[in-house]
Amino acid sequence: MPVADSRSRRASRPLSPGSTRPEPSVKGSALSVRGLVKRYGQVLAVDDVSFEVGSGEIVGLLGPNGAGKTTIINTVLAVLTPSSGSIRIGNIDVSRQRSRALAHTNFAAVYASLPGNLTVAQNLRFFGMLYRVRHLSARTEELLAQFSLNTLRDTRCGVLSSGELTRVALAKSLLNRPRLLLLDEPTASLDPAAARDIRAVIRTLAREGDCGVLWTSHNMYEVEEVCDRVLFLSHGRILLEGDPRALPRQHGARNLEELFIQLAREPLAEEPLA
Amino acid sequence: MRLQPVAAILLRQWYLLRGSPVRVLPMFAWVAIDIVLWGFISRYLNAVSGAGINFTTVFLGAVLLWDLCGRVMQGLTTAFLEDVWSRNFLNLFASPLSISEYVAGLVLASIATSLVGLAVMLALAVPVFGLSLLALGAPLLIFLLVLYGFGVALGVLASAMVLRFGPASEWLVWPIPALLSPFCAVFYPLSVLPAWMQGVAHALPPSYVFEGMRAVLQGRPFAMPAALTAIILAALEIVLAGYCFVRVYRRAVRTGLLARYSAETVS
Repeated sequence: MPVADSRSRRASRPLSPGSTRPEPSVKGSALSVRGLVKRYGQVLAVDDVSFEVGSGEIVGLLGPNGAGKTTIINTVLAVLTPSSGSIRIGNIDVSRQRSRALAHTNFAAVYASLPGNLTVAQNLRFFGMLYRVRHLSARTEELLAQFSLNTLRDTRCGVLSSGELTRVALAKSLLNRPRLLLLDEPTASLDPAAARDIRAVIRTLAREGDCGVLWTSHNMYEVEEVCDRVLFLSHGRILLEGDPRALPRQHGARNLEELFIQLAREPLAEEPLA
Repeated sequence: MRLQPVAAILLRQWYLLRGSPVRVLPMFAWVAIDIVLWGFISRYLNAVSGAGINFTTVFLGAVLLWDLCGRVMQGLTTAFLEDVWSRNFLNLFASPLSISEYVAGLVLASIATSLVGLAVMLALAVPVFGLSLLALGAPLLIFLLVLYGFGVALGVLASAMVLRFGPASEWLVWPIPALLSPFCAVFYPLSVLPAWMQGVAHALPPSYVFEGMRAVLQGRPFAMPAALTAIILAALEIVLAGYCFVRVYRRAVRTGLLARYSAETVS
């Protein structure tokens, strides 16, 4: 199949000319990852990955389970030390100025639910203080309204449905008006209507708030709809990069999902990397 | 160190206590039981002994001070375990919160909760059993300082242990005060211990406190060199415990443990 099969054939492609979506308002780099490597003993989880996320740009990080997506996100969030490489959020080096870099970042992930023994409002207040959010009460009210959480404000997170929890996690992730937002399957637990609303919120945030978004999802229709650019990862390497609406056509696939399946089965992607 | 993130850790602890009587009860219950038990033992010994020793101050005072030290340690460890139980590490450490701010928040939370415990102990021991800690005079402030410091050091060390060996190692944490109490000579003079135990005792600040307490109650002065040694030891042990915590934290970040911390993933 005619897809890039190694780093040497990695392709960075422009947005499709026929795309009806507006160009991302890239005004600078929200995230810059250079030569990122993460090794666990003999296992190479991330292999010399470099990419950028521009301000106002939504970049999809795609790949099969174990491809290295979460490892990359964890290194950006400084909860995992890279073996080598550099990560800059805006102009701030994460390894040197962790707290300063993370003050401009936030994230929501299905595997990082908020403490279940605090209410929705308490969680937002607690994390708002950790991020030193100004006018925290007003910001909390704004987010409670934006994510339709007002009726749940005094409910403990531990008894919320997974969809409600996702909305709380997304509200938390926007508390500090981040310049870089990392979303790991943010709509996985949402019904189609709620998922559409969330996508609209994130798109608006990216366009109007100049926020760079790194978005992982296994829902290829969603990725096609939301992302300006996608990176296909396999075995810790970027195999392919480009416009999610143009890539399938360029590589002989009917749609992004078919391309994903083809890439995931690509023999070279299964080579041992150690 | 910035104040707002430290205050956030304190506020979180307040939210948890306010919303859960189950968390509040142990702050009162166990210390109250200890005071009642040792209060009656002391009263009985005062009645049957002709030794001229005030057992209420010697025993009940010792129990109160030792319990306080244990409460500080447990308060800190429990505040840390709240994040373990709620699997909150990723949210916490992916925020701008620094490790020193986090530990400072835990320490302040433990001091606050142990002060509540101390108030309850005094409220029972003073009116019901006639305990007069003020009989210890000015050295009482040094005793409290040293015991708080040692409790903090133990709490930080215990938290590092749970972070390193996983939530299941929580069960190794709770008995630590009981394991140390024979060496700390809470109820008897150091001289009754065998030489090797005395050697261990000299590295533990509380042993100086309880020796000092008995000396003061017998009308002898609390030697300043002993007081200084206890303060320096407690300070050194806090620094050592903090160093251990930072080392364990950095290892957890390097190995990826922090991001996927749960009971059964740690070995």
